[in-house]
Amino acid sequence: MIEPRLSWRVDGAAGTDQLASAERIAASVVGPAAADVDRDARFPKEAIEAMRAERLLSVLVPQRLGGAGSTFSQVAAIVEVLGRQCASTAMIYAMHQIQVACLVRHGSAEIDDFLRDEVVGRQALLASATTEAGIGGDVRTSSCAVEAGAEGDGFVLRKNAPVISYGQYADAILVTARRCPESPPSDQVLVLCRRRQLNLEPTSGWDTLGFRGTCSPGFLIEASGPLSAILPQPYADISARTMLPVSHLLWSHVWLGIAGAAVSVAHSHVRNEARKKPGTLPPAAIALAELVAQHLELAALTRDAAARYESASADTEVMGALPFAIAMNLLKVSASTKVVDIVTRAMRICGMAAYREDSSETLGRLLRDAHGAALMVNNDRILNNSAQMLLVSKEGLS
Amino acid sequence: MDDEIRQVLAEQGKLAVEVSTIGDDDDLYRAGLTSHASINLMLGLEDAFDVEFPQHMLRKKTFETISSIRLALSELTGTPVR
Repeated sequence: MIEPRLSWRVDGAAGTDQLASAERIAASVVGPAAADVDRDARFPKEAIEAMRAERLLSVLVPQRLGGAGSTFSQVAAIVEVLGRQCASTAMIYAMHQIQVACLVRHGSAEIDDFLRDEVVGRQALLASATTEAGIGGDVRTSSCAVEAGAEGDGFVLRKNAPVISYGQYADAILVTARRCPESPPSDQVLVLCRRRQLNLEPTSGWDTLGFRGTCSPGFLIEASGPLSAILPQPYADISARTMLPVSHLLWSHVWLGIAGAAVSVAHSHVRNEARKKPGTLPPAAIALAELVAQHLELAALTRDAAARYESASADTEVMGALPFAIAMNLLKVSASTKVVDIVTRAMRICGMAAYREDSSETLGRLLRDAHGAALMVNNDRILNNSAQMLLVSKEGLS
Repeated sequence: MDDEIRQVLAEQGKLAVEVSTIGDDDDLYRAGLTSHASINLMLGLEDAFDVEFPQHMLRKKTFETISSIRLALSELTGTPVR
Protein backbone atom coordinates (compact mmCIF):
# COMPACT_ATOMS: atom_id res chain seq x y z
CA MET A 1 0.00 0.00 0.00
CA ILE A 2 1.24 3.46 -0.83
CA GLU A 3 1.65 5.78 2.08
CA PRO A 4 -0.17 8.88 0.82
CA ARG A 5 2.07 11.25 2.71
CA LEU A 6 5.20 9.68 1.32
CA SER A 7 4.95 11.04 -2.20
CA TRP A 8 4.21 14.47 -0.85
CA ARG A 9 7.20 14.39 1.47
CA VAL A 10 9.53 13.71 -1.44
CA ASP A 11 8.54 17.02 -3.04
CA GLY A 12 8.10 19.01 0.10
CA ALA A 13 10.29 17.25 2.62
CA ALA A 14 11.72 20.54 3.84
CA GLY A 15 8.33 22.21 4.00
CA THR A 16 6.75 19.80 6.47
CA ASP A 17 9.61 20.17 8.94
CA GLN A 18 9.46 23.93 8.70
CA LEU A 19 5.72 24.06 9.16
CA ALA A 20 6.16 21.96 12.30
CA SER A 21 8.84 24.40 13.56
CA ALA A 22 6.55 27.33 12.81
CA GLU A 23 3.67 25.70 14.69
CA ARG A 24 5.94 25.14 17.68
CA ILE A 25 7.25 28.71 17.69
CA ALA A 26 3.78 30.14 17.09
CA ALA A 27 2.42 28.37 20.16
CA SER A 28 5.39 28.84 22.49
CA VAL A 29 6.76 32.29 21.53
CA VAL A 30 4.58 34.23 19.08
CA GLY A 31 1.23 33.74 20.82
CA PRO A 32 2.41 34.51 24.36
CA ALA A 33 4.06 37.78 23.21
CA ALA A 34 1.19 38.96 20.97
CA ALA A 35 -0.76 41.06 23.49
CA ASP A 36 2.41 42.76 24.70
CA VAL A 37 3.64 43.44 21.14
CA ASP A 38 0.25 44.99 20.36
CA ARG A 39 -0.04 47.07 23.52
CA ASP A 40 3.44 48.57 23.31
CA ALA A 41 3.57 48.68 19.50
CA ARG A 42 6.93 46.96 19.77
CA PHE A 43 8.89 44.79 17.38
CA PRO A 44 8.28 41.06 18.10
CA LYS A 45 11.98 40.49 18.70
CA GLU A 46 11.63 37.13 20.43
CA ALA A 47 9.46 35.74 17.62
CA ILE A 48 11.90 36.78 14.89
CA GLU A 49 14.85 35.45 16.92
CA ALA A 50 13.07 32.11 17.37
CA MET A 51 12.44 31.92 13.63
CA ARG A 52 16.07 32.77 12.94
CA ALA A 53 17.15 29.94 15.25
CA GLU A 54 14.94 27.52 13.30
CA ARG A 55 16.22 28.98 9.98
CA LEU A 56 12.72 29.95 8.94
CA LEU A 57 13.86 33.20 7.29
CA SER A 58 15.52 31.33 4.43
CA VAL A 59 12.86 28.74 3.59
CA LEU A 60 12.22 30.24 0.14
CA VAL A 61 15.89 30.25 -0.84
CA PRO A 62 16.69 27.39 -3.24
CA GLN A 63 18.56 24.41 -1.88
CA ARG A 64 21.55 25.11 -4.17
CA LEU A 65 22.14 28.26 -2.11
CA GLY A 66 21.62 26.50 1.21
CA GLY A 67 17.95 27.33 1.73
CA ALA A 68 15.07 24.93 2.17
CA GLY A 69 13.64 25.44 -1.31
CA SER A 70 10.11 25.57 0.04
CA THR A 71 7.16 26.26 -2.24
CA PHE A 72 4.96 29.34 -1.98
CA SER A 73 2.14 27.18 -0.60
CA GLN A 74 4.41 25.99 2.16
CA VAL A 75 5.51 29.51 3.05
CA ALA A 76 1.89 30.64 2.92
CA ALA A 77 0.99 27.89 5.39
CA ILE A 78 3.67 29.16 7.78
CA VAL A 79 2.31 32.70 7.45
CA GLU A 80 -1.19 31.49 8.30
CA VAL A 81 0.05 29.59 11.36
CA LEU A 82 1.84 32.72 12.62
CA GLY A 83 -1.18 34.87 11.76
CA ARG A 84 -3.40 32.87 14.07
CA GLN A 85 -1.22 33.97 17.00
CA CYS A 86 0.03 37.45 16.08
CA ALA A 87 -0.84 39.32 12.89
CA SER A 88 2.12 41.69 13.27
CA THR A 89 4.62 38.84 13.46
CA ALA A 90 2.95 37.09 10.53
CA MET A 91 2.99 40.30 8.48
CA ILE A 92 6.69 40.89 9.18
CA TYR A 93 7.45 37.30 8.18
CA ALA A 94 5.30 37.64 5.05
CA MET A 95 6.92 40.93 4.02
CA HIS A 96 10.37 39.45 4.52
CA GLN A 97 9.49 36.47 2.32
CA ILE A 98 8.15 38.79 -0.38
CA GLN A 99 11.58 40.45 -0.56
CA VAL A 100 13.33 37.08 -0.57
CA ALA A 101 11.07 35.96 -3.43
CA CYS A 102 12.07 39.04 -5.46
CA LEU A 103 15.77 38.31 -4.94
CA VAL A 104 15.38 34.59 -5.70
CA ARG A 105 13.35 35.14 -8.86
CA HIS A 106 14.98 38.28 -10.26
CA GLY A 107 18.54 38.20 -8.95
CA SER A 108 22.02 37.70 -10.35
CA ALA A 109 25.22 35.93 -9.32
CA GLU A 110 25.94 38.70 -6.79
CA ILE A 111 22.40 38.58 -5.42
CA ASP A 112 22.77 34.79 -5.09
CA ASP A 113 25.87 35.41 -2.97
CA PHE A 114 23.82 37.68 -0.74
CA LEU A 115 21.09 35.05 -0.43
CA ARG A 116 23.59 32.35 0.50
CA ASP A 117 25.80 34.39 2.85
CA GLU A 118 23.31 36.74 4.46
CA VAL A 119 19.79 35.35 4.16
CA VAL A 120 20.76 31.71 4.69
CA GLY A 121 24.03 32.19 6.58
CA ARG A 122 23.05 35.02 8.92
CA GLN A 123 19.25 34.74 8.62
CA ALA A 124 19.10 38.39 7.55
CA LEU A 125 15.73 40.11 7.84
CA LEU A 126 14.70 42.03 4.68
CA ALA A 127 12.34 45.01 4.55
CA SER A 128 10.91 47.05 1.72
CA ALA A 129 10.58 50.73 0.83
CA THR A 130 8.31 51.07 -2.18
CA THR A 131 6.11 54.01 -1.19
CA GLU A 132 7.45 57.53 -1.40
CA ALA A 133 6.33 60.90 -0.11
CA GLY A 134 4.85 63.09 -2.82
CA ILE A 135 3.95 60.44 -5.40
CA GLY A 136 0.33 59.97 -4.32
CA GLY A 137 0.68 56.41 -3.11
CA ASP A 138 1.33 54.85 -6.51
CA VAL A 139 4.16 52.39 -5.88
CA ARG A 140 4.72 52.02 -9.60
CA THR A 141 6.18 55.51 -9.82
CA SER A 142 9.19 56.96 -8.05
CA SER A 143 10.48 60.45 -7.58
CA CYS A 144 13.90 59.55 -6.20
CA ALA A 145 16.55 58.19 -8.56
CA VAL A 146 19.63 56.01 -8.48
CA GLU A 147 22.64 58.26 -8.93
CA ALA A 148 26.29 57.58 -9.58
CA GLY A 149 28.39 57.47 -6.43
CA ALA A 150 31.00 60.12 -5.65
CA GLU A 151 33.87 57.88 -6.72
CA GLY A 152 31.95 56.93 -9.84
CA ASP A 153 31.98 53.22 -9.02
CA GLY A 154 28.68 52.58 -7.34
CA PHE A 155 25.35 54.17 -6.56
CA VAL A 156 23.88 56.58 -4.07
CA LEU A 157 20.18 56.83 -3.36
CA ARG A 158 18.09 59.16 -1.21
CA LYS A 159 14.42 58.48 -0.61
CA ASN A 160 11.73 59.95 1.63
CA ALA A 161 9.72 56.84 2.52
CA PRO A 162 6.52 57.50 4.51
CA VAL A 163 6.38 53.87 5.69
CA ILE A 164 9.05 51.23 6.14
CA SER A 165 7.79 48.29 8.14
CA TYR A 166 10.36 47.13 10.73
CA GLY A 167 12.91 49.28 8.88
CA GLN A 168 14.85 49.89 12.05
CA TYR A 169 15.24 46.15 12.64
CA ALA A 170 16.01 45.05 9.08
CA ASP A 171 19.41 43.91 7.87
CA ALA A 172 18.69 45.13 4.35
CA ILE A 173 15.94 47.10 2.60
CA LEU A 174 14.78 46.71 -0.99
CA VAL A 175 14.16 50.22 -2.30
CA THR A 176 12.46 51.30 -5.51
CA ALA A 177 13.81 54.29 -7.42
CA ARG A 178 13.97 55.67 -10.93
CA ARG A 179 16.66 53.94 -12.98
CA CYS A 180 18.69 57.16 -13.33
CA PRO A 181 18.10 60.89 -12.78
CA GLU A 182 16.88 61.28 -16.41
CA SER A 183 14.33 58.43 -16.18
CA PRO A 184 10.56 59.06 -16.15
CA PRO A 185 8.75 58.23 -12.87
CA SER A 186 7.56 54.81 -14.06
CA ASP A 187 10.98 53.54 -15.18
CA GLN A 188 11.99 52.01 -11.86
CA VAL A 189 14.57 49.59 -10.55
CA LEU A 190 14.76 47.69 -7.26
CA VAL A 191 17.88 48.23 -5.18
CA LEU A 192 19.17 46.02 -2.39
CA CYS A 193 20.39 48.45 0.29
CA ARG A 194 22.39 46.80 3.04
CA ARG A 195 22.40 47.96 6.61
CA ARG A 196 26.07 48.93 6.76
CA GLN A 197 25.66 51.24 3.76
CA LEU A 198 22.34 52.61 4.85
CA ASN A 199 21.38 55.60 6.96
CA LEU A 200 17.81 55.80 8.25
CA GLU A 201 16.45 58.97 9.78
CA PRO A 202 12.96 58.50 11.28
CA THR A 203 10.40 61.06 10.10
CA SER A 204 7.34 59.85 12.01
CA GLY A 205 6.16 57.47 14.69
CA TRP A 206 3.96 54.38 14.47
CA ASP A 207 0.92 54.47 16.72
CA THR A 208 -1.88 52.79 14.77
CA LEU A 209 -5.08 50.86 15.37
CA GLY A 210 -3.63 47.56 14.24
CA PHE A 211 -0.48 45.84 13.02
CA ARG A 212 1.19 47.78 15.77
CA GLY A 213 4.10 45.38 16.08
CA THR A 214 5.20 45.93 12.47
CA CYS A 215 6.78 49.21 13.65
CA SER A 216 6.33 51.04 10.34
CA PRO A 217 7.28 54.72 10.69
CA GLY A 218 8.58 56.87 7.87
CA PHE A 219 12.28 57.30 7.21
CA LEU A 220 14.61 59.39 5.13
CA ILE A 221 16.82 56.80 3.48
CA GLU A 222 20.37 57.44 2.40
CA ALA A 223 21.97 54.41 0.83
CA SER A 224 25.00 53.58 -1.22
CA GLY A 225 26.51 50.42 -2.60
CA PRO A 226 27.92 48.64 -5.64
CA LEU A 227 26.01 48.65 -8.95
CA SER A 228 25.50 44.89 -8.53
CA ALA A 229 23.00 45.71 -5.76
CA ILE A 230 20.60 47.01 -8.42
CA LEU A 231 18.43 44.12 -9.59
CA PRO A 232 18.97 43.63 -13.33
CA GLN A 233 15.32 43.43 -14.41
CA PRO A 234 13.00 46.46 -14.61
CA TYR A 235 10.86 46.85 -11.47
CA ALA A 236 7.78 46.72 -13.71
CA ASP A 237 8.51 43.05 -14.39
CA ILE A 238 9.56 42.26 -10.81
CA SER A 239 6.35 43.86 -9.58
CA ALA A 240 4.07 42.07 -12.05
CA ARG A 241 5.64 38.64 -11.62
CA THR A 242 6.62 38.58 -7.99
CA MET A 243 6.30 41.61 -5.70
CA LEU A 244 2.61 42.26 -6.29
CA PRO A 245 1.21 38.72 -6.59
CA VAL A 246 3.35 37.32 -3.77
CA SER A 247 2.41 40.28 -1.55
CA HIS A 248 -1.28 39.72 -2.09
CA LEU A 249 -0.86 35.99 -1.70
CA LEU A 250 1.05 36.12 1.59
CA TRP A 251 -0.90 39.05 3.06
CA SER A 252 -4.08 37.07 2.39
CA HIS A 253 -2.67 34.24 4.44
CA VAL A 254 -2.00 36.64 7.32
CA TRP A 255 -5.68 37.59 7.16
CA LEU A 256 -6.68 33.93 6.89
CA GLY A 257 -4.75 33.43 10.14
CA ILE A 258 -6.58 36.34 11.82
CA ALA A 259 -9.88 34.89 10.61
CA GLY A 260 -8.96 31.44 11.91
CA ALA A 261 -8.17 32.86 15.34
CA ALA A 262 -11.50 34.68 15.51
CA VAL A 263 -13.44 31.60 14.36
CA SER A 264 -11.80 29.44 16.97
CA VAL A 265 -12.75 31.90 19.75
CA ALA A 266 -16.37 31.95 18.51
CA HIS A 267 -16.41 28.16 18.19
CA SER A 268 -15.21 27.63 21.72
CA HIS A 269 -17.73 30.21 22.97
CA VAL A 270 -20.63 28.33 21.37
CA ARG A 271 -19.38 24.97 22.66
CA ASN A 272 -19.26 26.39 26.17
CA GLU A 273 -22.82 27.66 25.77
CA ALA A 274 -23.91 24.22 24.58
CA ARG A 275 -22.40 22.54 27.62
CA LYS A 276 -24.49 24.73 29.91
CA LYS A 277 -27.74 23.48 28.38
CA PRO A 278 -27.25 20.06 26.81
CA GLY A 279 -30.02 19.15 24.37
CA THR A 280 -30.74 22.69 23.18
CA LEU A 281 -28.96 24.42 20.33
CA PRO A 282 -27.38 27.64 21.63
CA PRO A 283 -28.80 30.76 19.92
CA ALA A 284 -25.45 31.56 18.31
CA ALA A 285 -24.88 28.08 16.93
CA ILE A 286 -26.47 28.86 13.55
CA ALA A 287 -24.43 32.03 13.27
CA LEU A 288 -21.34 29.93 14.00
CA ALA A 289 -22.17 27.59 11.11
CA GLU A 290 -22.50 30.64 8.85
CA LEU A 291 -19.21 31.97 10.17
CA VAL A 292 -17.42 28.70 9.45
CA ALA A 293 -18.82 28.80 5.91
CA GLN A 294 -17.29 32.26 5.48
CA HIS A 295 -13.98 31.04 6.86
CA LEU A 296 -13.98 28.09 4.46
CA GLU A 297 -14.59 30.50 1.58
CA LEU A 298 -11.64 32.64 2.60
CA ALA A 299 -9.44 29.55 2.99
CA ALA A 300 -10.46 28.29 -0.46
CA LEU A 301 -9.82 31.70 -2.00
CA THR A 302 -6.34 32.10 -0.54
CA ARG A 303 -5.21 28.52 -1.13
CA ASP A 304 -6.48 28.61 -4.70
CA ALA A 305 -4.43 31.76 -5.22
CA ALA A 306 -1.32 30.01 -3.92
CA ALA A 307 -1.89 27.16 -6.37
CA ARG A 308 -2.61 29.64 -9.17
CA TYR A 309 0.62 31.49 -8.47
CA GLU A 310 2.68 28.33 -8.33
CA SER A 311 1.32 26.97 -11.59
CA ALA A 312 1.92 30.31 -13.32
CA SER A 313 5.20 31.25 -11.70
CA ALA A 314 7.46 29.55 -14.22
CA ASP A 315 5.52 30.91 -17.19
CA THR A 316 6.36 34.55 -17.87
CA GLU A 317 3.67 34.64 -20.58
CA VAL A 318 0.89 33.77 -18.15
CA MET A 319 2.28 36.10 -15.50
CA GLY A 320 2.51 39.00 -17.92
CA ALA A 321 -1.07 38.56 -19.05
CA LEU A 322 -4.05 40.48 -17.74
CA PRO A 323 -6.22 37.65 -16.34
CA PHE A 324 -3.41 36.70 -13.94
CA ALA A 325 -2.89 40.29 -12.82
CA ILE A 326 -6.63 40.83 -12.35
CA ALA A 327 -6.98 37.62 -10.35
CA MET A 328 -4.07 38.42 -8.04
CA ASN A 329 -5.32 41.99 -7.60
CA LEU A 330 -8.86 41.02 -6.73
CA LEU A 331 -7.66 38.32 -4.35
CA LYS A 332 -6.42 41.16 -2.15
CA VAL A 333 -9.74 43.00 -2.28
CA SER A 334 -11.80 39.89 -1.52
CA ALA A 335 -9.61 38.51 1.25
CA SER A 336 -9.19 41.87 3.00
CA THR A 337 -12.95 42.44 2.94
CA LYS A 338 -13.78 38.93 4.16
CA VAL A 339 -11.45 39.05 7.14
CA VAL A 340 -13.26 42.08 8.60
CA ASP A 341 -16.61 40.38 8.04
CA ILE A 342 -15.42 37.18 9.71
CA VAL A 343 -14.01 38.89 12.81
CA THR A 344 -17.16 41.04 13.08
CA ARG A 345 -19.40 37.95 12.90
CA ALA A 346 -17.27 36.20 15.51
CA MET A 347 -17.64 39.23 17.78
CA ARG A 348 -21.41 39.13 17.45
CA ILE A 349 -21.41 35.45 18.37
CA CYS A 350 -19.34 35.98 21.51
CA GLY A 351 -21.08 39.22 22.47
CA MET A 352 -19.70 41.41 25.23
CA ALA A 353 -17.02 38.87 26.11
CA ALA A 354 -15.41 39.61 22.76
CA TYR A 355 -16.01 43.35 22.99
CA ARG A 356 -14.30 43.61 26.37
CA GLU A 357 -10.54 44.13 26.25
CA ASP A 358 -10.04 42.30 29.57
CA SER A 359 -11.71 38.98 28.79
CA SER A 360 -10.23 35.72 27.55
CA GLU A 361 -12.53 35.97 24.51
CA THR A 362 -11.50 39.48 23.53
CA LEU A 363 -11.44 40.06 19.77
CA GLY A 364 -10.30 43.68 19.93
CA ARG A 365 -6.81 43.14 18.60
CA LEU A 366 -8.02 40.84 15.83
CA LEU A 367 -10.64 43.39 14.74
CA ARG A 368 -8.13 46.24 14.75
CA ASP A 369 -5.63 44.18 12.78
CA ALA A 370 -8.32 43.03 10.34
CA HIS A 371 -9.22 46.62 9.47
CA GLY A 372 -5.65 47.26 8.31
CA ALA A 373 -6.12 44.78 5.48
CA ALA A 374 -8.23 47.00 3.23
CA LEU A 375 -5.91 49.98 3.77
CA MET A 376 -2.43 48.64 3.09
CA VAL A 377 -2.43 49.42 -0.63
CA ASN A 378 -5.96 50.77 -0.52
CA ASN A 379 -8.65 48.54 -1.98
CA ASP A 380 -10.07 51.50 -3.90
CA ARG A 381 -6.78 51.85 -5.75
CA ILE A 382 -6.65 48.15 -6.52
CA LEU A 383 -10.27 48.13 -7.72
CA ASN A 384 -9.46 51.12 -9.91
CA ASN A 385 -6.48 49.31 -11.49
CA SER A 386 -8.51 46.13 -11.96
CA ALA A 387 -11.37 48.08 -13.53
CA GLN A 388 -8.90 49.58 -16.01
CA MET A 389 -7.54 46.15 -16.92
CA LEU A 390 -11.03 44.73 -17.36
CA LEU A 391 -11.70 47.39 -20.01
CA VAL A 392 -9.34 45.63 -22.37
CA SER A 393 -9.23 42.05 -21.09
CA LYS A 394 -11.53 39.78 -23.06
CA GLU A 395 -11.26 36.46 -21.32
CA GLY A 396 -12.76 35.11 -18.16
CA LEU A 397 -10.59 34.51 -15.17
CA SER A 398 -11.08 30.83 -14.48
CA MET B 1 0.10 52.96 -40.16
CA ASP B 2 3.10 54.41 -38.29
CA ASP B 3 1.71 57.96 -38.29
CA GLU B 4 -1.54 56.76 -36.80
CA ILE B 5 0.26 54.66 -34.16
CA ARG B 6 2.34 57.67 -33.22
CA GLN B 7 -0.75 59.85 -33.06
CA VAL B 8 -2.52 57.47 -30.65
CA LEU B 9 0.69 57.17 -28.66
CA ALA B 10 0.89 60.96 -28.40
CA GLU B 11 -2.74 61.15 -27.25
CA GLN B 12 -2.78 58.25 -24.81
CA GLY B 13 0.82 57.38 -23.92
CA LYS B 14 1.50 60.32 -21.60
CA LEU B 15 5.19 59.86 -22.30
CA ALA B 16 7.91 61.93 -20.70
CA VAL B 17 9.24 62.91 -24.14
CA GLU B 18 7.86 64.04 -27.52
CA VAL B 19 6.68 61.04 -29.56
CA SER B 20 8.59 62.39 -32.58
CA THR B 21 11.87 61.88 -30.71
CA ILE B 22 11.18 58.18 -30.14
CA GLY B 23 12.70 55.62 -32.47
CA ASP B 24 10.71 52.63 -33.72
CA ASP B 25 12.64 50.28 -31.48
CA ASP B 26 12.96 52.46 -28.38
CA ASP B 27 11.50 50.99 -25.19
CA LEU B 28 8.27 52.88 -24.52
CA TYR B 29 8.22 51.86 -20.86
CA ARG B 30 11.61 53.49 -20.40
CA ALA B 31 10.14 56.55 -22.10
CA GLY B 32 7.55 56.75 -19.34
CA LEU B 33 4.67 54.56 -20.53
CA THR B 34 2.86 53.45 -17.36
CA SER B 35 0.67 50.37 -17.08
CA HIS B 36 -2.30 52.71 -16.69
CA ALA B 37 -1.40 54.60 -19.88
CA SER B 38 -0.73 51.36 -21.74
CA ILE B 39 -4.36 50.33 -21.13
CA ASN B 40 -5.55 53.59 -22.70
CA LEU B 41 -3.06 53.10 -25.52
CA MET B 42 -4.58 49.67 -26.23
CA LEU B 43 -8.10 51.12 -26.23
CA GLY B 44 -7.01 54.01 -28.45
CA LEU B 45 -5.37 51.66 -30.94
CA GLU B 46 -8.41 49.38 -30.99
CA ASP B 47 -10.58 52.36 -31.86
CA ALA B 48 -8.22 53.91 -34.41
CA PHE B 49 -7.63 50.67 -36.31
CA ASP B 50 -11.03 49.12 -35.64
CA VAL B 51 -9.54 45.95 -34.22
CA GLU B 52 -9.72 44.02 -30.98
CA PHE B 53 -6.50 42.82 -29.46
CA PRO B 54 -7.00 39.14 -28.66
CA GLN B 55 -6.15 38.02 -25.16
CA HIS B 56 -2.75 36.57 -26.12
CA MET B 57 -1.61 40.01 -27.31
CA LEU B 58 -2.64 41.78 -24.11
CA ARG B 59 0.76 41.75 -22.51
CA LYS B 60 3.56 44.17 -21.83
CA LYS B 61 5.73 42.95 -24.74
CA THR B 62 3.12 43.84 -27.37
CA PHE B 63 3.28 47.52 -26.46
CA GLU B 64 6.98 47.75 -25.72
CA THR B 65 8.02 49.55 -28.93
CA ILE B 66 6.40 51.20 -31.93
CA SER B 67 7.71 48.27 -34.00
CA SER B 68 6.06 45.69 -31.76
CA ILE B 69 2.76 47.58 -31.90
CA ARG B 70 3.02 47.74 -35.70
CA LEU B 71 3.68 44.00 -35.84
CA ALA B 72 0.64 43.23 -33.71
CA LEU B 73 -1.61 45.55 -35.71
CA SER B 74 -0.37 44.12 -39.02
CA GLU B 75 -1.33 40.68 -37.82
CA LEU B 76 -4.80 41.89 -36.86
CA THR B 77 -5.55 44.02 -39.91
CA GLY B 78 -3.90 41.67 -42.40
CA THR B 79 -1.65 44.49 -43.61
CA PRO B 80 1.85 43.26 -44.35
CA VAL B 81 4.64 44.89 -42.35
CA ARG B 82 6.44 47.24 -44.73
